[in-house]
Amino acid sequence: MRPEISGRISNEKRYPVTDTSLARSGTASRTQRQVIVALVRYGMFIALAIWLIAMSLSSEYFLTLTNFLNVLRQAAPLIIIGTGMTFVMATAGIDLSVGATVALISVLAASWLSFGLPVLVVLPLVLLVGILIGALTGYIVTLGVPAFVVTLAGLTSIRGVAFVYSDGYATPINDPVMIWIGRGDLFGINAPFLIAMVVAVIGWFVLNRTRFGLHTLATGGREEAARVMGLGIDRIKIMVYALTGGLAALGGIVISARLSNGSPNAGVMLELEVIAATVLGGTSLFGGRATIAGTVVGALLINFVRNGLNLMGVNPYWVQVVTGIILVVAVLMNTVLNRRVESWARATTEEDEE
Amino acid sequence: MSVNHIEMRNIYKSFGAVTALHDVSLELQAGKVLGLVGDNAAGKSTLMKILAGAIPPSRGEILIDGKPATYSSPIGARESGIEMIYQDFALVPELTVAQNIFLGREITRSFGGIRVLDRKKMNERARKLFSSLGLRVPSVTLSVQALSGGQQQAVAIARATGFDARLVIMDEPTANLGAPAIEKVRDTITGLKEAGVSVIIISHRLEDIFAIGDYMMVMKQGRVVGRRDVHDTDNAEIVEMIVTGQDPRRAGKAVA
Ligand SMILES: Nc1ncnc2c1ncn2[C@@H]1O[C@H](COP(=O)(O)OP(=O)(O)OP(=O)(O)O)[C@@H](O)[C@H]1O
Ligand SMILES: [Mg+2]
Repeated sequence: MRPEISGRISNEKRYPVTDTSLARSGTASRTQRQVIVALVRYGMFIALAIWLIAMSLSSEYFLTLTNFLNVLRQAAPLIIIGTGMTFVMATAGIDLSVGATVALISVLAASWLSFGLPVLVVLPLVLLVGILIGALTGYIVTLGVPAFVVTLAGLTSIRGVAFVYSDGYATPINDPVMIWIGRGDLFGINAPFLIAMVVAVIGWFVLNRTRFGLHTLATGGREEAARVMGLGIDRIKIMVYALTGGLAALGGIVISARLSNGSPNAGVMLELEVIAATVLGGTSLFGGRATIAGTVVGALLINFVRNGLNLMGVNPYWVQVVTGIILVVAVLMNTVLNRRVESWARATTEEDEE
Repeated sequence: MSVNHIEMRNIYKSFGAVTALHDVSLELQAGKVLGLVGDNAAGKSTLMKILAGAIPPSRGEILIDGKPATYSSPIGARESGIEMIYQDFALVPELTVAQNIFLGREITRSFGGIRVLDRKKMNERARKLFSSLGLRVPSVTLSVQALSGGQQQAVAIARATGFDARLVIMDEPTANLGAPAIEKVRDTITGLKEAGVSVIIISHRLEDIFAIGDYMMVMKQGRVVGRRDVHDTDNAEIVEMIVTGQDPRRAGKAVA
């Protein structure tokens, strides 16, 4: 005899769709369900693959190495900052100030370089500025102000500082190290994408293999449980915002280096693209579930879509519209569909047990 | 006479304007089972969260084996051998069974000088833990949100009893459980007691405490109404104490 605790506590409060979808799952066969589960779980990977195939068929230039490397370079800042955003969202937070931080770092780096400060001093210094901005944001979040509000305030005030500091003017950058960061390459792969890959791999490692990553997910999954298990929630929150601030600074360096100037207009609307890439990849807006690989794919998808539409000669304003639509679809999949599908997956697992 | 394993002295706790506990004291010898009963909002969970280090008392003292306890966090309490099963289980739904069991005290190994999670070892240990407790979950690598309520409770029990605890606190361990599951929880408590572990159970089901408990403590509105040996009382008396908030054996002495 197998002793077992078999009582049931209703999950209805937490997962309102569970019961209806379980009931409905009776109508779909098990294989059908497994296919749908896979479709939603890996939807973005599939969407990216389909888009790549469709575009290769419609444009000769799309499938060239030059074009691919170009798209990877464009996606780099999104991947770099998205890695930080993935951590923030894992704690059920959000950071709307990353685009503004990019602008501030851009003008600071250009200006300090123009004063004749050596690049190896300027780079650590601006990274530190980004980290401090993030740490301050995180600290205010731990006081109980919603992250949305704190970082919305950051969005306007940090960009404001960038404009005040630069008087609204762009400053050219011609430091050789910066030029390399923006346009150089190693083994045929451009520097921005290389930097992005290093960041993503380290980010993946920290999120999935270390205590810090696990505690980040636990904080976002259920904060009260994480707290009574003794996790340092405030420290974790300050650290994820500091990380994102630092990565926004790194993204700012890459963007300014690529454009060869420091401008207070750098990174406008970038926060939305970063959030879109992260959510597209499957990281939950409500915390507890996060994937760096997904964020990388989300960033690539956004950039390949833009690139494909550009190649087809579509009006750039339509590209913005399409990006918006993709975001809505992604959030829909992220919230409603995913929850329903997870309960199907659960039903499937339970059948497997029998 | 030996010293008490656990002693709480004059614990006072207020949440702003609400006073949840007015100078509550509690004593428990090692290897004994105490039932903590009382109406809703009596302060039972608050008292136990203070003992488990999850919330700090406004005033008062905790002694373990006669020595003042110095912990101020759940980690500290766990290091002193105090584990708690929370009323809502305190599990993170997105994490796996094994991740929840080791949350906050993960096993790590060195990976080129960096501490990384030793997932294999934790999964292995979690599996062993379940089989030694006779509890069953589909898989320790499944996320907790995919488990039924009873299975989630099994995870919470495994987490609290799997780390050489000396005191296990259970907040409503049998609420919402079916009869076979309640039987299993009772067996678990009896097993802990035989191993010399002290247990405090908060329960609205008096029959559970009469079945496995040694003592009872009745609370109402943040005060202790009275204490009893389970063999020296009956259901009717306890119910009367819970409802009236008066100890009938002190009638006449106490001025309400
Ligand atoms: N975090 C908190 N903030 C404010 N008030 C609280 C808090 N926690 C508990 N209280 C108050 O303290 C009192 C005691 O609550 P507690 O949860 O300890 O009761 P209980 O005896 O466990 O009740 P139940 O049987 O319903 O679980 C209640 O009046 C409650 O509202
Ligand atoms: Mg309670």
